[in-house]
Amino acid sequence: MRGAKSAKWVAIAAVVTMAATACGGGGDSASDDMDKGKADPNGIVTAQLSEPQNPLQPANAKESQGSRVLRTIFAGLVDYEPGTGKLEYVNAESVTPNDDSSEWTVKLKPGWKFHDGTPVTAKSYVDSWNWSANIANNQTNSSWFADIVGFDDVHPEKGKAKKDAMSGLKVVDDNTFTIKLTSPVSYFAYKLGYDVWAPLPEKFFSDPKGYGEKPVGNGPYKFESWEHNKLIKVRKFAGYKGPNKAQNGGIDFKNYTTADAAYSDLRSNNVDWIEQVPTTALKTYKQDLGNRAIDQAYSAVQSIVPAFYSKSWKDVDPKVIQGLSQAIDRDTITKTVLQGTRQPADSYVAPGVLGYKKGALGDITKYDPAAAKKLIKEGGGVPGNKIQIQYNADQDHKPWVDAVCNSIRQATGVECTGDPKPTFQADLDARDAHKVKSMYRGGWVLDYPVNSNFMRDLYGSKAAGNTSGYANKEFDALSTEADKASSVDETVKKYQEAEQLLAKDMPAIPLWFYKVNSGQSTKILGKIPYGQDGDPIFDQVKVKK
Amino acid sequence: MGRYAARRLLQMIPIFIGTTLLIFLMVHILPGDPVRAMYGDKAPDPAQIAAIKHAYGFDKPVLEQYVNYMWKLLQGDFGNNLAGRPVLDLMTDAFPVTLRLTLLAIILEIIIGVSLGAWAGLKAGKAVDTGVLIFTLVVISIPVFVLGFIARFVFADELGWLPPNVQDSTNLGQLFLPALVLATLSMAYVARLTRTTFAENLRADYMRTALAKGLPRRRIVGVHLLRNSLIPVVTFIGTDIGGFIGGAVITEGIFNIQGVGNLLYRAVQTSEGSTVTGVVTVIVLVILVINLLIDLLYAVLDPRIRYA
Repeated sequence: MRGAKSAKWVAIAAVVTMAATACGGGGDSASDDMDKGKADPNGIVTAQLSEPQNPLQPANAKESQGSRVLRTIFAGLVDYEPGTGKLEYVNAESVTPNDDSSEWTVKLKPGWKFHDGTPVTAKSYVDSWNWSANIANNQTNSSWFADIVGFDDVHPEKGKAKKDAMSGLKVVDDNTFTIKLTSPVSYFAYKLGYDVWAPLPEKFFSDPKGYGEKPVGNGPYKFESWEHNKLIKVRKFAGYKGPNKAQNGGIDFKNYTTADAAYSDLRSNNVDWIEQVPTTALKTYKQDLGNRAIDQAYSAVQSIVPAFYSKSWKDVDPKVIQGLSQAIDRDTITKTVLQGTRQPADSYVAPGVLGYKKGALGDITKYDPAAAKKLIKEGGGVPGNKIQIQYNADQDHKPWVDAVCNSIRQATGVECTGDPKPTFQADLDARDAHKVKSMYRGGWVLDYPVNSNFMRDLYGSKAAGNTSGYANKEFDALSTEADKASSVDETVKKYQEAEQLLAKDMPAIPLWFYKVNSGQSTKILGKIPYGQDGDPIFDQVKVKK
Repeated sequence: MGRYAARRLLQMIPIFIGTTLLIFLMVHILPGDPVRAMYGDKAPDPAQIAAIKHAYGFDKPVLEQYVNYMWKLLQGDFGNNLAGRPVLDLMTDAFPVTLRLTLLAIILEIIIGVSLGAWAGLKAGKAVDTGVLIFTLVVISIPVFVLGFIARFVFADELGWLPPNVQDSTNLGQLFLPALVLATLSMAYVARLTRTTFAENLRADYMRTALAKGLPRRRIVGVHLLRNSLIPVVTFIGTDIGGFIGGAVITEGIFNIQGVGNLLYRAVQTSEGSTVTGVVTVIVLVILVINLLIDLLYAVLDPRIRYA
């Protein structure tokens, strides 16, 4: 009797230990053959989402959640080939520049319809852009229209809009319109792939507020319902004429509040795709999910940026920053602290973007304590022999900031500490108010896959992404010249030259490129295809029959 | 009794104004500008920020904003959040969910807590009593979020008995696990409280009298003992309802329940002043009303308590 009793306890203890070490389950799922079976053209994909911050209007979806939905409902003029970043036409038949790329003619594919049956015309685009650029409508992405002639009239620096429309936009006929730019941009067509350039149906303008709750688009899916904080449903649009017809019946975007909750649901097959594996499961997720684990690079970079307006960095010799860069052991940190979720950066431009050059920064991103010490010494040393890295503590940044600091400290003896701000808002406030004491964490995900997006939009002295006070006339001149180049190839090459200029000037220290660490359920056929922005290409996801 | 209730209701007005003003000021001094934060790494043009702030009235002094807010509140308008959705809508979505969760938790707390406590109290000093004491001690010492994660991991992820997340908050089966987790801590306190008062009251004079009268044991325990022992327990459970709504921030997060806790958490994170103030205002009202009800309930439980 006594023996039997204790045996039972041992068994229970074993179950508890197994549960605690996550040995149970998991393994069997690895043997699933995800490529076997047939695709169900009407199968529904369920995907993770958080409540979008804004109503579902194309020009208002700055954050990733809202745009994830909008991108299924809308088809833009152009899109990019995943991996290469090459331009593909979607709703546009052609987008052609004049001789100096200052005026663009857009021809639409005829016969397209919005989901409510009204035709998609040149006017749908022009009206949409004019409305979205207007300061009175408070669209978060209005600055995207700043290249167009007449933007200042609808979006003045002070006061109310002077006009309703930008003079640079002209409707030629139902399927043609022209865009006049304030200065030539050879790759303007590439910018047009961003959500903000979507067309809007006539109906929108009579009730923008109601529309934001129930959007009508021209894309592969039509909007069905939005249960706030719970579920957004989109369904395949039978009348879609674009090249990217939906391979599934629709998508249910399910709301999750934490990555842990979503991951639990993925493991029990209650959701087909999650955004990111929680930090707690990073070590085990590949074992848990087998070949259903997703480990995929996307075009985004993380860096640390000196606050050039601060006392310490005002007149610093760039050699010092180069030295600090060489003091960071990117290989070890990405492997250990970040558990393989990042890839060491070797340039300012992320891979998958036109103009990314492997190893563009040469030795600057290579770990070499001796060189680091030498460079810092040559540059006159780090002011005060001390740096601080500002970051927002509401996300998981502390571990790597500490690791970077540790690496710098050990390699060079420079004192380095983290400077946490409680929230992202507080972090941004300090950046805007020019109150960053030393350096801050910077991150950038591509808007469009041309290298200019990772340089001009970040380090141009008047760029919206430039919050460090960095300014270099030579770089500004070179980027203007690059924008005016006769072809995109030419532009890309010029920006590669500009990158070498930045390498000498060090406006930031690139640390690593991002990767998606995610997973998919057993209901999905094949691997989920990914876009350059780190999101799945939902219309190409196949569901098993 | 009527005058007492009326006085208590009148007292609620200054408390209400005080708490809402405090919350309003506190949200206001939270670091970070929520309008600016909508733009992330890319700084927007100042004109746009100014236009949005003007649209929401953020460009006015705090006290003026507060007065405007209260004036609208009196007309039943809780304002809009930064996404332009009425806060009232957000709350009518979230409150029923939390209410269901809380009610279920309280029912579990009462059933399990009171019976455990009564059992231990009746057998004070025996093995059962010690067992309950140890069990409650263990429960009290484990933080709720640890308990929540363990419960989800064991029962949902590994054993697969229950769904890991709440998909449908009207399904009581799905709410069971989170409600149990939410209730555990208070359950332990209720058990201990009940046990002590039971053990004490067992020795009271009226118990001896009841026994001497030869009343059946069921009546002695069920009516005389239970009724008299419940007063502190009822107070505790009453104050606990407010605690539950607070505790729901953690439990709702773990089990992905779209209730008040979640709403509040997200709103605080994004410095959504109107949402935070709206939700807290309603919670304050709920707690005030519950406290009033508890006080009134005393008279029912113990007629000796009189309200002058």
